[in-house]
Amino acid sequence: MKLLTHNMLTSHVKGVTKGYPLLIKATEVKVNEVEFNPEFVSRMIPKLEWSALVQAAEGLGHLHELPAELTPDYEKNEEFLKKAHRVLLEVEVIEGCLQCPESGREFPISRGIPNMLLNEDEV
Amino acid sequence: MRKTLIQTNFCEIKALLSLRGKPFHPAESFKEQSPFWCLDGLSEEDVRTVMARSVCAKSAFELWGHGRTHSELRTSLLKYPSENMTPFMQRDSTYRINVYTFNKTLEFADRIKRIDAMEYLPFEGTVSLKSPQHIFCLLEDYGTDPNNIPEHPSYVYFGRWIADGQRELIRSHSVKNRHFIGNTSMDAGLSFIMANHAKVKENDLVFDPFVGTGSLLVACSHFGAYVCGTDIDYNTIHGKGRSSRKNQKWRGPDENIRANLRQYGTQRSYLDVMVSDASKPVWRDTVLFDAIITDPPYGIRESTRRTGSHKDITKPPDDFCGESHVPVSMAYHLSDIFTDLLNFSAHHLVKGGRLVYWLPVYRPEYCEEMIPLHPSLRMISNCEQTLSSHTSRRLITMEKIKEPEESDALAHLSDPRFSPYQGHNAFREKYFSGLNKKLGKDDSMDKVNGEGQEG
Repeated sequence: MKLLTHNMLTSHVKGVTKGYPLLIKATEVKVNEVEFNPEFVSRMIPKLEWSALVQAAEGLGHLHELPAELTPDYEKNEEFLKKAHRVLLEVEVIEGCLQCPESGREFPISRGIPNMLLNEDEV
Repeated sequence: MRKTLIQTNFCEIKALLSLRGKPFHPAESFKEQSPFWCLDGLSEEDVRTVMARSVCAKSAFELWGHGRTHSELRTSLLKYPSENMTPFMQRDSTYRINVYTFNKTLEFADRIKRIDAMEYLPFEGTVSLKSPQHIFCLLEDYGTDPNNIPEHPSYVYFGRWIADGQRELIRSHSVKNRHFIGNTSMDAGLSFIMANHAKVKENDLVFDPFVGTGSLLVACSHFGAYVCGTDIDYNTIHGKGRSSRKNQKWRGPDENIRANLRQYGTQRSYLDVMVSDASKPVWRDTVLFDAIITDPPYGIRESTRRTGSHKDITKPPDDFCGESHVPVSMAYHLSDIFTDLLNFSAHHLVKGGRLVYWLPVYRPEYCEEMIPLHPSLRMISNCEQTLSSHTSRRLITMEKIKEPEESDALAHLSDPRFSPYQGHNAFREKYFSGLNKKLGKDDSMDKVNGEGQEG
């Protein structure tokens, strides 16, 4: 699971109102090389909750010098975009789980794939 | 593709033109059913860009002349401004003339005769068959009935070749050669057409909520989009379980969606896949996706499932691995699938973003009013593909025009209880009962072939 995806996910456990962001408890994290595409990174930034991204990256120990605040004029700042690219697309949680911050419910991640299915009593 | 989707061709070309910001301007003589289309108001660049994406279109030409006979063609060509011809007929250039005969095979000698007959045109360059700078084409239309080929063409055209379409993609991306497939993997041609209908472009973010083996994502990644998907089936998402290949019992280690993208060199496009129930979305409530492209289950070859409590507990599917157990599956009614899908799209598509999906239809009961609607989405197209005499599926394309409002007066239209599509919930039963139905004396052969009246 990449951090770009994580930033867009929220807990859907019944009755939960503060389900975002999901906490990440990782037992295995990989950093892969992904082709850098500044236009794509630039397009994704407005969709993000920046503080949640920083928090998630920090929690994994993979902040990679990502600034705590969005740099103004980031579209033209290649150095910034490269850092964002690394954290959004190259850091991947392979094993672990996502945890609902309100209910504590855990969603397992295995082989890089989160399992978000709820049980009948949670729905 | 087994059947030519004329209307799908129309929608594909229209969508690709609108990606260029150009309208679809048919010439006076335009006939949608004809394999030859004449369009006005396009630059060569427009045409090249459309042809770089289209799987429906075979070739595109700059039209110089046309007519019902070769004599009319000649008159038409002599009227074409010579200043538009001369740049391509320079003395130091090379060219060749091709002859395309639609619905007829010509002997080699007849082809040569026709090429020679074009010598009234001011060709100054030299003929090169191998790699000419300019290619010209004489096109003859012999109709569309292979059992009734006329002696003379009904229409002839002459033009300068600009570009070919991407039909080669259908072969290069054939599901037959793909690493990871399933029973209902979308064939390559249709996947690309869907991506075109959705106007997928480079750097888009595309989502498939019923991703299966990722065929639609493969097509979108080919056009430069970044892709993600979810599916309720654990085994499919993890690439485990029984193989869909003839001589293979279980899936191998390199069979998953990521591997498919790697196979075609678009692994940078892979964002994530997740095991998730499409009726219980896990996304933050904000606009996210440039396009949502999907083929929801029809309940025939794949079961429609969702998590939840139900009085009649359905037996969970036979699992390869215990982790994939879907907690108490309940029947996911077809009408609910589409209502949920439209609601989801209204909330999570960017404005101007498109939803493209297949809607299964029981033909005897079909009417246009039953296509699900949503106040935030505008219907762009609805193209039918016949599956059998009594069933078909429709490729629906919708575009988000505004953000959904709580107080929407038309909100009841998205309420499943009001959906006129309700009758299709028993699609599975209707599909199978139709197949098993014996021919009673009321049934005519026409009805069985799908050409008769519909009830």
